[in-house]
Amino acid sequence: MNRILKRRQLTPEIVLLEVTAPRVARRWKPGNFIIIRPTPESERIPLTIVDGDAGKGSITMVVQAIGKTTMQTAALREGDAIPDLAGPLGEPATVERVGHVLAVGGGVGVAELLPVAGAFRRAGNYVTAICGARNAGLRILQEGLAAATDETLWATDDGSAGFHGNVVELMQAWKPATPPGLIHAIGPIPMMRAVASLTREWGVRTYASLNPVMIDGTGMCGGCRVTVGGKVRFACVEGPEFDAHEVDFDELARRNRAYADKEKEAREAHPCRIGLG
Amino acid sequence: MGDIRPKRNPKAPRQQVPVLEAGRRASTPEEVATGFVEDQVKIEALRCLNCKNPVCVDACPLHLDIKAFIDRMANGDIAGAFEKISEQSPFPGVCGRVCQHELFCEKACLLGKKLDPVAIGSLERYCADYARAAGDGHGAARARPTGAKIALVGSGPASMIAAFDLVRKGYRVSVFEALHELGGVLAYGIPPFRLPREILNQEIDRLAGMGVEFHRNFIVGKTATIDELFAEGYEAVFIGTGAGLPYLMGIPGENLIGVYTANEFLTRINLMQAYRKESDTPVRVGRRTYVIGGGNSAMDAARWAKRLGSETTVLFRRGRAELRARLEEVEHAEQEGIRFEFLAAPVAIHGDDKGFVTGLDCIRMELGAPDSSGRPSPVPIAGSEYSVEVDTVVAAIGQGPNPTLQKATPELITNRGKIVIDASGQTSMEGVFAGGDVVRGGSTVILAMKDGRAAADAIDRALKARRADGVSEGREVAQ
Ligand SMILES: Cc1cc2nc3c(=O)[nH]c(=O)nc-3n(C[C@H](O)[C@H](O)[C@H](O)COP(=O)(O)OP(=O)(O)OC[C@H]3O[C@@H](n4cnc5c(N)ncnc54)[C@H](O)[C@@H]3O)c2cc1C
Ligand code: FES
Repeated sequence: MNRILKRRQLTPEIVLLEVTAPRVARRWKPGNFIIIRPTPESERIPLTIVDGDAGKGSITMVVQAIGKTTMQTAALREGDAIPDLAGPLGEPATVERVGHVLAVGGGVGVAELLPVAGAFRRAGNYVTAICGARNAGLRILQEGLAAATDETLWATDDGSAGFHGNVVELMQAWKPATPPGLIHAIGPIPMMRAVASLTREWGVRTYASLNPVMIDGTGMCGGCRVTVGGKVRFACVEGPEFDAHEVDFDELARRNRAYADKEKEAREAHPCRIGLG
Repeated sequence: MGDIRPKRNPKAPRQQVPVLEAGRRASTPEEVATGFVEDQVKIEALRCLNCKNPVCVDACPLHLDIKAFIDRMANGDIAGAFEKISEQSPFPGVCGRVCQHELFCEKACLLGKKLDPVAIGSLERYCADYARAAGDGHGAARARPTGAKIALVGSGPASMIAAFDLVRKGYRVSVFEALHELGGVLAYGIPPFRLPREILNQEIDRLAGMGVEFHRNFIVGKTATIDELFAEGYEAVFIGTGAGLPYLMGIPGENLIGVYTANEFLTRINLMQAYRKESDTPVRVGRRTYVIGGGNSAMDAARWAKRLGSETTVLFRRGRAELRARLEEVEHAEQEGIRFEFLAAPVAIHGDDKGFVTGLDCIRMELGAPDSSGRPSPVPIAGSEYSVEVDTVVAAIGQGPNPTLQKATPELITNRGKIVIDASGQTSMEGVFAGGDVVRGGSTVILAMKDGRAAADAIDRALKARRADGVSEGREVAQ
């Protein structure tokens, strides 16, 4: 049974859940994800594993309530059980020792950055994290990041904390004389696309962790297909991380809007507004 | 029923299976073939010649005792007929509906040489439905086997019959399934209008009642590796992970919105139940759908698209005679108003600026010399390109073996993704067996079951040999 041990509201929209999942906790690696269904009528949705404790037999995930399924997930309480949870899925993130690593995250992607940044640091890198939020109050997991990285810089859209602007503008302002050896980015598609075009200029190898629509998560439907370097790849089994300079972000953005109309209908018909403050 | 044997009458016409009127099939998952009514059963069973040398039994990959069960039916003993089938198969309700009888038992049926073959499939199905209605076959108290632990990976027909055989031999059997529902293709691929889920689930429940343990949401290779299963005390592993990797067409526009693989389309509708209002999983079915392909997946996708309100065409690069789907499904599709465009193939898909499909370019084909499959190979006719307006395209052009487990288990020898086995069904790893679509590539339910049965026998022999030798490691097992 995948019972919720801990629930923390990080922002009005973002919730952290710690869930029992002993086998996933034993085998997960940074960059892996799980597929869950919060109710027996739900879609299957992927969520990145943010942390795992093999001893305790639990994993942690962070969910942003933006559609019906994520709202239902965010509305779960401590003690509730998640009917379906499968994983760990996908390939782990590429973690190498290159000296200096930049980890870039936006929105809920900041949470997903946490395990990857930690892995780079354990591998002997100096890790800088550049994270974005709309305003100071919406910054998440600040302590966790501070512990997992050597330095964390924040950008806020309204300038209420840290740099005034978005993460890409902060990256430009921050760029050290010797650029980092590797960059890992996770967040909204426009952010990842902008990071990729900047770091292409910088000439720095960059990986992006993609978030296409998924169903099974085991390579059996092709719904998660993305184009990388002109080739079709199944993100759930070959990814979710790919060379950011080769990803067709425009296609990914279009495909992720395939059901936008239906999602809007579902969201509006859904009575549960919990978590939306 | 009396003691007097009813008289055989092979010349009676083969009974036609009653079907739901074509007009009533729109937007419903209701089963199309409703099955024989009582009067037909007697007539059909009495058509059987009761051959001394029943070639149908040889032709059935499971060698079901067809002669015996039909004889019981002819004598009015339907419950006895069901019992007879159940001695050999856990899936009479499933196979009675989806097995390609015309390729096996009914093809061999002697009566078919001059007249129409006995409708063996429909009779099998009747027994299962009869037993179900009578409340039989629910499996009594939950059995608790105590033998060695065996892990079966995947819950398709190959694993399910292996579970059936092994649990009856006293082994403790656990089935591990990646998805949240059991049944493999029977659950995610085949639509409920061909195989109602109550039938499937009841036959699976019977296995649970016999003591088979099921673990859903468990992806072997990810949730636990094969080595870990051995370390947890499983003494043999069977891999029945199927051929779930969809092939893509490799033409421009394939990633436009509204282009699905048959697997995605069918999974959204069958497994995730997108056809029900209450389900949160959406599917996009436009005004005009083109389904590419000629197998069971193509028929199933086309018939769903039609049911969900789309004007539907099946585009197939060969002719009607080369369709690979069950004949009954082709006929039902035709009744339902699905158009077939033979001897044509897709070349490119077009979309609008938001990425939604708007059109399909095709080219006409002619049949040339036979290819490796023995079927005439389609050859494009130069200059015959044409375009159609569509908003949904479903590619049902075949599947390869599911790669997840192989990727996590490099010791497993494969050939173009298919797991390689020896004559006993064992893979390159000792104690690890495989069968069904993951070995054959896309195949059929009954051949997957044949493999599952053979593997169960091989596992039994291997474990017994191991016990007899008193050795448990580092030895060759039965050939
Ligand atoms: C749409 C469609 C319609 C069909 N119609 C017919 C028909 O009418 N008649 C007929 O005879 N045949 C039909 N077939 C073919 C038939 O369904 C297959 O040949 C048969 O199901 C193969 O059985 P299997 O047990 O080998 O695997 P499958 O039925 O494919 O089952 C494999 C299972 O293993 C699971 N799995 C995969 N990897 C893992 C893993 N690593 N860990 C745990 N679980 C895993 C999968 O999720 C799946 O549930 C059809 C096929 C399709 C796709
Ligand atoms: S989600 Fe189905 S193949 Fe990736």
